[in-house]
Amino acid sequence: MAKTAEANKTNYQGQMHLLQKELMGNYFNQMTRAAEHGEGKAAYMLISGNPVELMLAFDLIPVYPEINALQLAVKKVALPFIQKAEEIGYSMDNCAYVKADVGLFLGDRKTPFATIPLPALILCNYVGCNVYLQWFEHLAEYCDGTLYNLDIPFMRDPSGKPTAADVTYVVRQLEEVIEICEKITGKKLDYAKLKRIVALSGETGEIWSRIKGLTKNVPSPFDSYFDSVTMMAPLYCLRGTEGGLKFFETALKEMQEKVDMGQGPLPEERFRFVIEGPPPWPYLRTFRDLFSKWGAVAVASTYSTVGGLWEFGFKHDSNRPLESIASHMLEWNLTNRNFLQRYEQIRRYVEEWSADALVIHSVKSCRLFSAGQGDMREYFTKELGIPTLLVESDIEDPRYFSEAQMKNRIDAFFESLEHKKIVRGAAAAGGAT
Amino acid sequence: MGIHEMVAQYREMLEDSPLNLVAEWKAKHPGSKVVGCYPVYTPFEIIHAAGMLPVGIIGAGNRLEIAHADSRFQSFVCSIVKSTLELGLIGNLESLDGIVFHSICDPARNLASVFKRNFPKLQVEYVHFPQNMASPHTVNYLAAEYRTLKSNYERLAGRPVTDDDLRKSIRVYNEQRKLIGQLYRMRREAPQNLSTLETYVLTRIGTLIPPEEHIGLLKEAIAAAKERDERPKDRIKVVLEGSFCEQPPLELIEGLEAAGCYILDDDFLLGWRFFKQDIPSEGDPVENLARAYLNQSVYSGVKHDTREAKSKHLIDKVRETGASAVVILAAKFCEPALFDYALYRRALEKEGIPHLYLEFEEKMWIFDKARTEVETFVESMLFD
Ligand code: SF4
Ligand code: SF4
Repeated sequence: MAKTAEANKTNYQGQMHLLQKELMGNYFNQMTRAAEHGEGKAAYMLISGNPVELMLAFDLIPVYPEINALQLAVKKVALPFIQKAEEIGYSMDNCAYVKADVGLFLGDRKTPFATIPLPALILCNYVGCNVYLQWFEHLAEYCDGTLYNLDIPFMRDPSGKPTAADVTYVVRQLEEVIEICEKITGKKLDYAKLKRIVALSGETGEIWSRIKGLTKNVPSPFDSYFDSVTMMAPLYCLRGTEGGLKFFETALKEMQEKVDMGQGPLPEERFRFVIEGPPPWPYLRTFRDLFSKWGAVAVASTYSTVGGLWEFGFKHDSNRPLESIASHMLEWNLTNRNFLQRYEQIRRYVEEWSADALVIHSVKSCRLFSAGQGDMREYFTKELGIPTLLVESDIEDPRYFSEAQMKNRIDAFFESLEHKKIVRGAAAAGGAT
Repeated sequence: MGIHEMVAQYREMLEDSPLNLVAEWKAKHPGSKVVGCYPVYTPFEIIHAAGMLPVGIIGAGNRLEIAHADSRFQSFVCSIVKSTLELGLIGNLESLDGIVFHSICDPARNLASVFKRNFPKLQVEYVHFPQNMASPHTVNYLAAEYRTLKSNYERLAGRPVTDDDLRKSIRVYNEQRKLIGQLYRMRREAPQNLSTLETYVLTRIGTLIPPEEHIGLLKEAIAAAKERDERPKDRIKVVLEGSFCEQPPLELIEGLEAAGCYILDDDFLLGWRFFKQDIPSEGDPVENLARAYLNQSVYSGVKHDTREAKSKHLIDKVRETGASAVVILAAKFCEPALFDYALYRRALEKEGIPHLYLEFEEKMWIFDKARTEVETFVESMLFD
């Protein structure tokens, strides 16, 4: 059994992965230099609908505590930080991203991948997640950085669009952020530079959206969950830079070649599924293998749209840089859309990406994602008749992952899917004769 | 009626089936509409000005068994989200024509969507409260948000809402808040004469009846409470914090005081004491409501005002009331309250103010543990 699992392990190491390592390595080194030698100033932000373009226009170093937290989890060193936060009053039931980051922040901020600089600016881009507000409120209490709550009104209108007042409000706030950045850096905004950065973001987003369209192919050239996460870090940290654009060009080329050769991430693609929810970072590999052994490939994922939702038509517009940053933050990302819009997004994925099933990974830490996923399951199974599996663990905290239980649920689900496939196949064959 | 009888009567109503009160009101006012208000900070004035009855939908207490909603919301989500959904799923919200949720936390927000899908007959509204209190542009945003809400309620009510309607409602709610404030002040000054449970019941009953009726009732209660002249007991004086949204069972509130403390102030039902001062009724009423939220609303775990550290509010409250300790009473799985605790603890320790941390659940039945913890805490303070 162990042998089969071993054989099914995907050893996917393409150009894209190597380039990603190099670019992210540079990014983390820049952070370390800022922390240890005072080279440059750091601006903390959150992933969801981040306005990285503005920060780059001021040469501020974008730092995402979420990325640091997830790196800690992937490297399996998060738990002591989480426990440190719990010792000082954070609850077992609080989002563990925050706890890992707070534990790290209150220490020497040294990690196996970088030393994290203190923030000059704590820019709380409140795009959907209410925990964000708490997180940065806390960090601001623990240091001297300037805190600004960039408030992004949630998508609540039945049209699913922001109101005119929403857009004005966000643009006015972006102008205030510019003023703060001018104060922090002592530089005036270079508008032409901002436009260039926004143009690069536009191109990057477009290529990313084409990459994500490629998984409509059968077989899918890559796994839109497990491989997409490799591409997500550059999307947030390097969007708006030449290096970031080059990365996505390389990735597109590589993926297109795979499509042309009819290759996928697994030797054989037997099931196509859509996955909802963040990954279990501390057990990413284990989790992936549980699907790989069934030949199951994720062809679309909601998680890969937290930072932005380009595949349904958004593109940054350098002629209206602030408005287009506002539009990205308000409307074109998963987290600021309401729960029913997410149902719709998943429904489109299932249909347009021809998936057989939906897998919901319900994580305790992130109630933005998880609260109400039982209703989502109800909708997909009962209303739409789409086979749906719901499994629970956590995004960050290793204490919530039960491999045996997870394996049982996943195996049972795919066994029954396979059974259905055989029955359907037989019926089709029977019908043909 | 004496205050004792009043409280006993309202307590029974609250414990029985509070929503019956709403159904009765509706039966007596044919053609009128009712809008449920999930916690917190609902601008009731807008609903009231449209001639509708805003009522608090604040969970289901500890007498309802959750049989359906727990398959929709996971075990790690707070109780009020599930019990509120359960009320809908078992048909207990039939007397509502609409329900309004706000951007207080992620579960409440997703609940708004789940309501929309499961109860298509209800008009579900969602208010995004601004979290940038410091920007001069925010007031325009919030006024626009309230105007949208107003026009949606005009549609539901089938009539226009004039500025004068709004001004009238603002005055009504100002008076209601003032009286609740008075009740709290009386308790703070002489807690032996008015218990926390009593102020709680007298306030909470107001979430289910028209504010005008509640005003009458509060006046009667205040007059009755003035008659009391009890001897203070040997208890420590505390401020209670953390129960702004989901509400603890009445028995727990009662038990906390009985275990040896006077609660001089609390944040129960924050929803009905939003503002410290009156909202001006002159001028543009919608803008006044927006300004009130930005500049006068009481703090809570779901409001993040960068102009002042949250813990400072709590410390100030302790100083102002003359309490000697703090009891944090947080709903289990309520992330905003749980996060706040980390800040509060730090600030309280720095100020040398002792505190006790407790968690509750709406559906709690057994209170021995909480009671023992309070008793131990009280003893440690009394005999220190
Ligand atoms: S709740 Fe979710 S989105 Fe929010 S900080 Fe935690 S993991 Fe991130
Ligand atoms: S109790 Fe807390 S987590 Fe639950 S709905 Fe209220 S604010 Fe949100």
